[in-house]
Amino acid sequence: MPRITYIEPSGNKTEIDLPEGWSLMQGATSNGVEGIEAECGGSCACATCHCYVESHADRLPPPSETELSMLEHVAAERRPNSRLSCQLKASADLDGMIVRLPLCQS
Amino acid sequence: MTAPIIIVGAGQAGLQTAESLRSEGYTGSLTMIGDEPCTPYHRPPLSKAYLLGEFTAAQLTIRTAEALAKKGIELRAGIMVGAIDRAANRLRLTNGDELDYASLCLATGARPRPLPLPGADLEGVFPLRTLADTQAIAARLPSASHVVVIGGGFIGLEFAAVARKLGKAVVVLEAAPRLMPRAVTPVMSDFFRDLHVAHGVDIELGAAVSALIGDQGKVVAVRTADHREFPADLVLVGIGILANTELAQQSGLECQQGIVVDACSRTADPHIVAAGDCTARRLADGTLLRLESVQNAVEQGKSAAAALLGKERPFSTNPWFWSDQYDIKLQMVGLAAGCDRTVLRGDMGKRKFSAFHYRGQKLIAVDSINSPEDHMPARKLLDLALSPAPDEVADLSRPLNALINR
Repeated sequence: MPRITYIEPSGNKTEIDLPEGWSLMQGATSNGVEGIEAECGGSCACATCHCYVESHADRLPPPSETELSMLEHVAAERRPNSRLSCQLKASADLDGMIVRLPLCQS
Repeated sequence: MTAPIIIVGAGQAGLQTAESLRSEGYTGSLTMIGDEPCTPYHRPPLSKAYLLGEFTAAQLTIRTAEALAKKGIELRAGIMVGAIDRAANRLRLTNGDELDYASLCLATGARPRPLPLPGADLEGVFPLRTLADTQAIAARLPSASHVVVIGGGFIGLEFAAVARKLGKAVVVLEAAPRLMPRAVTPVMSDFFRDLHVAHGVDIELGAAVSALIGDQGKVVAVRTADHREFPADLVLVGIGILANTELAQQSGLECQQGIVVDACSRTADPHIVAAGDCTARRLADGTLLRLESVQNAVEQGKSAAAALLGKERPFSTNPWFWSDQYDIKLQMVGLAAGCDRTVLRGDMGKRKFSAFHYRGQKLIAVDSINSPEDHMPARKLLDLALSPAPDEVADLSRPLNALINR
């Protein structure tokens, strides 16, 4: 299982082994990682699972039009490496990936 | 030892209340009692991604038991509360146990409105509310070929879209003259009727169901009041939900289709708050508003936690909702009831537009189809009580953001 490192807003790091096919949002929220709200449960409808991709960015598929639109309205600063974690699916390719969670989601 | 704060209900509202209590600094003991035998899970994907096989049940989990324990939240799952003794600050569970509470949050949710008709209990007839309901449907779906959906609301239409994607023949029977009559305006009702018809769904409006017909205990058809029969081997009943108010009602708390709370999620009992689908919120003008949504659960959960800690955090944002059907994402903000003018932004024919609803000069709601770039600014416009002129919002060359910051 690919191992993902989440950096919480406090700076605390949590490593989680995600089953392939799970979204980075699902792995973080179910395990109680701080810094993601994910109100809509992964429908790309709420923009509250914003994350900054700190590594492996080149191995991710590009954001969909919907994700890009939602990213324009995230609560924290939008950066070039901003993504919605509900749209990022774990795969062997992403083993070792690091994502940072923003200070606020809403 | 002081008694814990107890939350009755382990859905989105109950969980939010528990976690907000912790993030707001409550360090005492905290117990969440849920009647379903599992940890809190995301309900919205049940009628969408889960039934399509895109998510497993584990992927719906909002928090695992370990994650809850780490936050000092004790979850007692698969347990029913039978009564509240408000004079003694005590709960009686249906298994006979008694639990003292320091304060209480009722987040008891809602249940599907039952179909009061002959045949409603036949095999093959399902509600769609819980994970267990959905697993029962998922088990039945592969062998089903004729699906009849009773009720053309969100749940019914989302399920109809799933069933069509899976290749079933689908009929939707809606008693009202249009789809989603309680939730959307006629222009959106018509859009969704056309969408489903284009995908091969038989949408029957003004179709009141009179009976479900069975053979050897299994449903085989649905009969309407005008004596038509629709063959069915799977029937989905989606005719709304009823707030679970019995506990509150029996303990003497005011209930009117929901547990009555103020903007801060408080009941009349200083030790009891309520949040989520089970509530009816008293607005400033004295009327009651019932919302059935994740946002409502989350917002009221945050307010309820604050109230238990002696703080006021009123519900201040406009209601928002979403629905996914086929490749269409509907995002709504505000309540369109009472609207007297609707202006379109975008192209309905291209299935990418928003409907801006006005009452007089005031913008009251915006429904967006495949246009999150409209929905998110619309939330800001409404929360700031801004009402841009109809010709401004209809003008695609003007970004909506420019109408906020001026």
